[in-house]
Amino acid sequence: MANDPTHQFQISKIVPIEIGGMDFSFTNASLFMVATVACAAGFLYFATSQRGLIPGRAQSVAEMSYEFIAGMLREGAGSSGMKFFPMVFTLFMFVLTANLLGMFPYFFTVTSQIIVTFALALFVIGTVLVYGFYKHGFHFLNVFVPSGVPGVLLPLVVAIEIISFLSRPISLSVRLFANMLAGHITLKVFSGFVASLGALGALGIGGAILPLIMTVALTGLEFLVAFLQAYVFAVLTCMYLNDAVHPGGH
Amino acid sequence: MFVTSAFAQTAPEATETHEAPGAAPAGVVHTETGVAHEGAHATGPFPPFDASTYPSQLLWLVITFGLFYLLMQKVLVPRVGGILEQRHDRIAQDLDEASRLKAEADAAVETYEKELAEARSKANVIGETAREAAKSKAATDRAAIETELAQKLATAEARIGEIKSQAFAQVGTIAEETAAAIVDQLIGAKASADDIKAAIAASSPKEA
Repeated sequence: MANDPTHQFQISKIVPIEIGGMDFSFTNASLFMVATVACAAGFLYFATSQRGLIPGRAQSVAEMSYEFIAGMLREGAGSSGMKFFPMVFTLFMFVLTANLLGMFPYFFTVTSQIIVTFALALFVIGTVLVYGFYKHGFHFLNVFVPSGVPGVLLPLVVAIEIISFLSRPISLSVRLFANMLAGHITLKVFSGFVASLGALGALGIGGAILPLIMTVALTGLEFLVAFLQAYVFAVLTCMYLNDAVHPGGH
Repeated sequence: MFVTSAFAQTAPEATETHEAPGAAPAGVVHTETGVAHEGAHATGPFPPFDASTYPSQLLWLVITFGLFYLLMQKVLVPRVGGILEQRHDRIAQDLDEASRLKAEADAAVETYEKELAEARSKANVIGETAREAAKSKAATDRAAIETELAQKLATAEARIGEIKSQAFAQVGTIAEETAAAIVDQLIGAKASADDIKAAIAASSPKEA
């Protein structure tokens, strides 16, 4: 098929690198990771270069994103969770920038790769586990024991809590991955309809208007999803970090 | 539809790779299934589940994300946070300054009012004393003028009295001379001075 909707997720090597039999090539995915970091960091850096008391447009956006995440984290994990601010802000900016960069035609979407979102989710859960045990020792296990549960139900509830905790990295990663993947495939399929119908002649061009409208609408929706998924990722990160800061606080 | 069928075909492959990510044998198995797919549908393995790309993606993710995290922690967060804090401080400072200035203005208004009230009362006092002084001076002046006038009146009355008594004293001699002349003209004889005097004394009203 000429416009294969999965072709956009294809990873191609740019600079082949092989270490110990493993393929560590610099690929288009790597290139867009670098681009994501460069855009996000560059934006935050240059937007604030004026250090204006009265912010300009770019500085306003940078400050707004900072305060948005700061408020989210303070609300989710309390003021003692603010030590994780750089981490949550980095995650949010990374995911958001990667999602938005992916909206450009011909650009690679870093977050449409399950391994990337899974690694980010593991980073979050790993941080929760390490910090939780480091800070609270075995009291951290209170996370699995909700207070006010009758003794008979306790084993069942604890089992459910453990399963829910274990499913967190999976749900966190699959949510972001699946949203980006499905959105981009849908966009590609509909725009593919436009191209293939348009090739059929006058009648086809008339029929191509419908998928064209659909593509335009979906593009708008995808921009919303790009922001929303970054937001959801950050919110859930805050919630999970709350467990590390206040175990048994639910 | 193509998407659903593609997804369905790659789904078992996905679980396969998920079970043993990064392990060499799994990779081999995966590649084989990938090849089988390729044969059937002329497409490669569904790219996001192609485990052969995982090491490279993970490595570059760690490098780029780690770099971004460091940049955030060392540069960007302090930078943006610093700007926000600076603005916060500045606003607080300005508010303090404003309240200080307001307090100053209030104090100034208060002192002004007080001074105004003081000046007003002082002016009242000054006016009162001036009025009093003018009144008493006028009274003394009037008294002085009145006494002076009374004195002048008294001297004038005394002089009038003197002149009157003098005139009265002269009235006798004038009457005597006039009577002597009238007698001389009428009867042509000289009346004695004593007779005339007696006659006049008898005809003129007695003086008290």
